Amino acid sequence: MSVLYIVLPLALVIVGAAVVAFVWAARRGQFDDLDTPSVRVVNDE
Amino acid sequence: MLADAVAVRCAHCGLDVPAGLLDESAERQFCCAACHVAYDIIHEHGLERYYALPEPREQPVRSSGRSFAEFDHPTFEALYVRPAGTRGELRQVELYLEGVHCASCVWLVERVPLMLAGVARAELNVSRALATIEWDAQAIPLSRIARQLDALGYTAHPYRGVRRDAMRRREDRDMLARIGVAGAIAINVMLAAVALYSGVIDGMEAEWERFFRWVSFVVVTPAMIWPARVFFTGALGALRARTPNMDVPIALGLAAGYVRGALNTITDSGPIYFDGLATLIFALLVGRFLQQRGQRAAADSAELLFSLTPSVARVVNDDGSLRDVPAEALLPGNIVEVRAGDTFPADGVVESGLSAADCALLTGESRPQRIEAGATVFAGTVNLTAAVRVRVTQSGESSRVARLMRDVEESASRRATIVLTANRLATRFVTAVLILAAVTWGVWLTRDASVAVDHAIALLIVTCPCALALSTPLAVSVAIGRAARRGILVKGGDVLELLARPSHIWLDKTGTITEARARVIAWNGSNAARPLVLALEAHSNHPIADAFRRSWSDIAFPAAHDVNVVVGGGVEGDVEGQRVVVGSPAFVRARATLADAFATAESVRTRVLVAVDGAVVAAAEIGDPVREDAPSAVSTLRQRGWSLGILSGDARAVVRDVGNTLGLASDTCIGEASPEDKLAVVRARAATGTVVMVGDGVNDAAAMAAASVGVGVRGGAEAALQTADVYLARPGLSPLVELTDGARRTMRVIHRNIAFSLAYNTVGAALAMAGVLSPLIAAILMPASSLTVVLASWRATTFSEDAT
Repeated sequence: MSVLYIVLPLALVIVGAAVVAFVWAARRGQFDDLDTPSVRVVNDE
Repeated sequence: MLADAVAVRCAHCGLDVPAGLLDESAERQFCCAACHVAYDIIHEHGLERYYALPEPREQPVRSSGRSFAEFDHPTFEALYVRPAGTRGELRQVELYLEGVHCASCVWLVERVPLMLAGVARAELNVSRALATIEWDAQAIPLSRIARQLDALGYTAHPYRGVRRDAMRRREDRDMLARIGVAGAIAINVMLAAVALYSGVIDGMEAEWERFFRWVSFVVVTPAMIWPARVFFTGALGALRARTPNMDVPIALGLAAGYVRGALNTITDSGPIYFDGLATLIFALLVGRFLQQRGQRAAADSAELLFSLTPSVARVVNDDGSLRDVPAEALLPGNIVEVRAGDTFPADGVVESGLSAADCALLTGESRPQRIEAGATVFAGTVNLTAAVRVRVTQSGESSRVARLMRDVEESASRRATIVLTANRLATRFVTAVLILAAVTWGVWLTRDASVAVDHAIALLIVTCPCALALSTPLAVSVAIGRAARRGILVKGGDVLELLARPSHIWLDKTGTITEARARVIAWNGSNAARPLVLALEAHSNHPIADAFRRSWSDIAFPAAHDVNVVVGGGVEGDVEGQRVVVGSPAFVRARATLADAFATAESVRTRVLVAVDGAVVAAAEIGDPVREDAPSAVSTLRQRGWSLGILSGDARAVVRDVGNTLGLASDTCIGEASPEDKLAVVRARAATGTVVMVGDGVNDAAAMAAASVGVGVRGGAEAALQTADVYLARPGLSPLVELTDGARRTMRVIHRNIAFSLAYNTVGAALAMAGVLSPLIAAILMPASSLTVVLASWRATTFSEDAT
């Protein structure tokens, strides 16, 4: 079970990376308009 | 000679083509010239796929026919255009487009501009109807792009909210980022908590228990530093202002729980509640976000109205030459030249020229008004047929429309912040929680001092008003979403609360109660005369001719010869060998004998007589018919307790007549009201209670902004609809009934949610006071309360077809 001492911090690092990516995307406006892209996809087909 | 009416559909918009407009020689039929133009443009660019899209448009094309010449002017560029492109060689502008109401509009708007050489990017945000266009100013002028969009039915307006928008966008993104971080932290702390709970029954090795406690502590700390900070700053602000809001108990619970939990982790004794805290932070942030977004759309309103007057004017110099000046620089006494298709830049008097103007802005009347030397014109109205020269009397901020817009803005900001139910609870809640916590601590001090603090803290955490803070935003969000699907677009949560209880509604007449299209409402005469009338009226553009055509669109008629149209009188000509005269009673009486059967008393409606070969054979009454659903909608509302009245710019007699049809008392039917009058009436009422204003034109906009709730009706001027708090996308007044019913039901859901939350809080508080609230029980109780509120909001039938 002592592997937890390695694995858990590692998991936290991965989560940290995901959070950073999300914050980066949110700050750059990727989530500003959630309605139009869904409409565009339907039309493009 | 009535031919069978065959329903032919317009090749562009799919609506029926009136029989009178069928062109046998043409391969395709269109319901109007505008649709024909749009169809041609789409084919010219090879975009026929538009017609194969899943959601085709079902509205005829409405284009303004404006030249948009001022879009190319340096003043416009300075105000609205930004450089773009990798080396700044392109220009970027945000335009608000009228008529964007469907998914296939996105397809068209994002493709047609790109077909024009020089346009680099065209992106549409469909929910805000804002198009971002990037183009090469050297290759193509913006006016050309705007004209192309206009021809397809999307009239463009410059968007002035750019700077304010940027700030709000940053706030929104920030909030979203916070929610993401809080969510990630909550999930991970919960995982650690699950590990800890697994050891609750059989016990856990001390080493691992310590490990997971420390992991929870370390992981939750970032959540307290950044995402939760909004609650701490909010609570501090509330304390400084001495008015408690929901942030105070939240901040209290979070701070107490965290500090005590930290102490317990370091000293390795006592319970920790980090998982509850982390989930609280996440859920509360979501509730706040929903609430902020709801208020956001409401603030967007008045922006569009400021784009109604042009930014540039053409001044005539003393020597007769022309120079361009910014519209704000105009002085009284300047002579400006306004071409056909341009908007008047200032208030003034016509010096020379003969044209027609669209004064819908101020009168609500879209019928063109004739203007000639000596006529007064107003900034914001559109010059339709020919160039005129105008001597400026008021310009810029002093123009009538600018003053009206200032009224609108002032009303919108002055509107009293209604103390909503949930906020009123905050004060009482805070006091109750603090008292209970103190009592708990005090009582346990006497029994078992070592756990006294922990029990008090447990109370603070479990009573954290998560469900309470979610109750209103959730119910409101869901209700607004459902209402939108029913064609009722609500812009803010407070609207629903204000409409839940009956008060007073002012209705505009033209376009709201009535259809705003003249029709034949009474016909006294033989049907054989109808084709004769149509034959003559085919030669006239007069609104009365339109009324005949519209009412009898399925009747075929022969050709007329030797037709003479007399302005202000009527039409006369030869039809199938008979001499036919159609016109006002005075006109016809001068040319034919009037039988007693057709001589009637005064009427508020327009009377038209028809004479054949010297004798009057028929009489028609032309009017603006009341919408079919209006009488029943009005009576239903009155049954529910609402009082109604009419506020209209139309003639007093007509307004009273319409009021009678709807069963309204004469003193509540106010006619000949200017936009300023309407504003005054609404303001007087708004000072003492709730008042609702329902309208469709820019001349209603000020009144709608001053009202507690402004409701915009379909078919109205886009600029006015933007100021409205609610937009009814379906025609008629029955959506209004649905709106008030839905509002009442939503309030019931909100009250139910609050009741649930309080019940949970009471149970939790009782358990905490009794000392039996372990972190596990808290971890079950708190999400349960939030889930109950979520489910109750989701399953409620506020706006739906099956709601009674």
